[in-house]
Amino acid sequence: MRFDVVQHLPALQVVIPLLGAVLAAFLRRGIVAWGLASVVTGLMPLIAGGLLWQVLQAGPISYHLGGWPPPWGIEYRVDVLNAFVLLLVSAVSAVMMPFARRSVAFEIEGDKQASFYSMYLLCLTGLLGITITGDAFNAFVFLEISSLSTYVLIAMGRDRRALLAAYQYLIMGTIGATFYVIGVGLLYLVTGSLNMVDIASRLGPASAEHFRPIVVALAFLTVGVSLKLALFPLHVWLPNAYAFAPSFATAFLAATATKVAVYLFIRIFFSIFGIAVSLESLRVCDVLLALSVAAMFIASVLAVYEQNLKRMLAYSSVAQIGYITFGIGLANQNGLTGGAVHLFNHALMKGALFLALGAVLYRAGTVKLAELGGIGRRMPLTFAAFVIAGLGIIGTPGTAGFISKWYLALGALDQGRWPLVFLIVASSLIALVYIGRVVEVAYFRATSEAAEKASDPPWNMLVPILVLAVATVYFGFFTELSAGIAAKAAQTLIGGLK
Amino acid sequence: MQHVQTFIGHYNYFITIFLMVSGLYIVIARGNMIKKLVGLALFQTSVYLLYIEPGKIIGGTAPILDPAFKVYSNPLPHVLILTAIVVGVATLALGLAIVARIHEAYGTIEEDEIFAREAQE
Amino acid sequence: MKLDLILRIGVKFLLPFVLLFALYVQFHGELGPGGGFQAGVITAGMVILYAIMFGVEAAKRIAPQRLVEVMVPLGVLIYAGTGVAGLLLGKNFLDYSVLAHDPPHGRELGIFLVELGVLITVSGTMTALFYAFSERGR
Repeated sequence: MRFDVVQHLPALQVVIPLLGAVLAAFLRRGIVAWGLASVVTGLMPLIAGGLLWQVLQAGPISYHLGGWPPPWGIEYRVDVLNAFVLLLVSAVSAVMMPFARRSVAFEIEGDKQASFYSMYLLCLTGLLGITITGDAFNAFVFLEISSLSTYVLIAMGRDRRALLAAYQYLIMGTIGATFYVIGVGLLYLVTGSLNMVDIASRLGPASAEHFRPIVVALAFLTVGVSLKLALFPLHVWLPNAYAFAPSFATAFLAATATKVAVYLFIRIFFSIFGIAVSLESLRVCDVLLALSVAAMFIASVLAVYEQNLKRMLAYSSVAQIGYITFGIGLANQNGLTGGAVHLFNHALMKGALFLALGAVLYRAGTVKLAELGGIGRRMPLTFAAFVIAGLGIIGTPGTAGFISKWYLALGALDQGRWPLVFLIVASSLIALVYIGRVVEVAYFRATSEAAEKASDPPWNMLVPILVLAVATVYFGFFTELSAGIAAKAAQTLIGGLK
Repeated sequence: MQHVQTFIGHYNYFITIFLMVSGLYIVIARGNMIKKLVGLALFQTSVYLLYIEPGKIIGGTAPILDPAFKVYSNPLPHVLILTAIVVGVATLALGLAIVARIHEAYGTIEEDEIFAREAQE
Repeated sequence: MKLDLILRIGVKFLLPFVLLFALYVQFHGELGPGGGFQAGVITAGMVILYAIMFGVEAAKRIAPQRLVEVMVPLGVLIYAGTGVAGLLLGKNFLDYSVLAHDPPHGRELGIFLVELGVLITVSGTMTALFYAFSERGR
């Protein structure tokens, strides 16, 4: 038998970044490691795109690691939903890679840059692994791979408070991951299987006899993954972690890490439990909706009062994750489409916003709002991108953010809950306040000392920001790739529900 | 009598849950960063018990094929927990490394002292 | 320093047996309890014991910092490389059956290489951790 690339794409998706991370660990020079990381990251969207194309053509792919068939061996299972998330994660990181070189060289000491890229690739491995695997315990291992490398990435921040943020995240993240293992353990006790598809098929018959452990497992898994995806009120670790991590790490994590956790959440809810037990009767969706609405409002208000722009965007992330979980909580076709498409759109918009802040930090040396008067006039292109992505966060028509909120509103209307539509619009107005506050300072205040010396960053930092900003607009008009695929994914998820 | 039997029959789960909850309690209640990590390690370790206990079958032997034995213990939980132990060790080592750096940066590892110092600045 | 003479000599006698035991655990892993993880920790334990008795500097002469730091990714590379070898030979990732003339021998070889990678990484990591912490707070 010959080596056939197409057949092995699922394995390559994880193995290549893993090998890249290992090779980067041998390197000493930051620039070489950056080159390696760029090549590896650049390959990822090609593989993910190939997988998505295959899935759309021929249905789900099952790849047996070591040649052992499931449920005994570990299975990599790619369907529309995770091919979509794989493409999102890998494409956004590939777009961001050119930005990394100067930003990382500026923020991280020379001898630590190579290990930064090694940790970044390891984190990417973990995130892609969680997304692609069809094995619940394997997902835990990848979850920890990505989490452990994330803690290191955060601790590499310049400020000493980065260490505190990393410590806090380590404690909460480990509790979350351990809750996840407890949940998987209970499922294993009940069903005797770790393969997600196999668990789902065995859960139905088992639920008659062992209903209580199954509900407890659902509770543990929900809380565990919610900690990882920073569902309100389990978001406490997120603002500090994002505020003090190096700019590139912040942008990368904000765009990908929470999204993958959300994916895992959807997988657990709809592909494992939804098939066997009625989520409706457990009323988990109502709890989720209530928490999501709380996130949308409380986190947005906190963002309004925040002076550090990175922290402001971090709170905004918590609020936006609220919209995604809102869509999951609706648990109908339009709601789930809205959640999945917001996962995509939010990654683009937050990526652009955090990269723009990285550029501001690179040029002006600060991200405190009070010190940035008139920065918009000094860095016109960067702030143009910031404003476009900011409009997307608000949900202005013509940007990607509008599309996701439109589907969410439709989903709420389908359930006949029109007050929820009002809540979506009202919380978007708070986003208008915090984005507007930045615009006001950046364009209409007298030029401050820090802004005086600033100018647009070099092209290799600027292009990723602009690409993501343009994508925000593009996916506001052409939704075939975002909402179209999200709707397909939602259809399969809803179709399996009991 | 029935209940007492069920209670005693499941004694291993009570031990596991006791350890689990005490670990979690230490993580939440203690302000010392090292003690928090100790609690976290205890919490993680209790989960190992949760997996391994049901894998042991009374009278079962190690799962190496031999005509003399019919009943084998389940080897899978052990393998899973070996992985989880490695993850736990890595987490603990990273946590301790971060605490060591925090001690160098702040001169203390008491959370309330650090937060008080941060609030002053 | 005179008082711990017995300890010093005793440790020197002990070290080769610790290493031998580690190798036994490593190569007996397929037949009984053992394997790369355990053997790696025992090997690192030998270095740490030596460092405790004779100082970290002396330990760094037998296991230099740079070597230890290279060992950590090297083991993972051996592991992943074994998996990729199966991939390149036309089977799935981590399928060792094609590594030798027939599947059982291929799997034996594959497990051997993987365990070797685990031994290298675990012993390297444990020693590196010990070095890292022993240097702090001086």
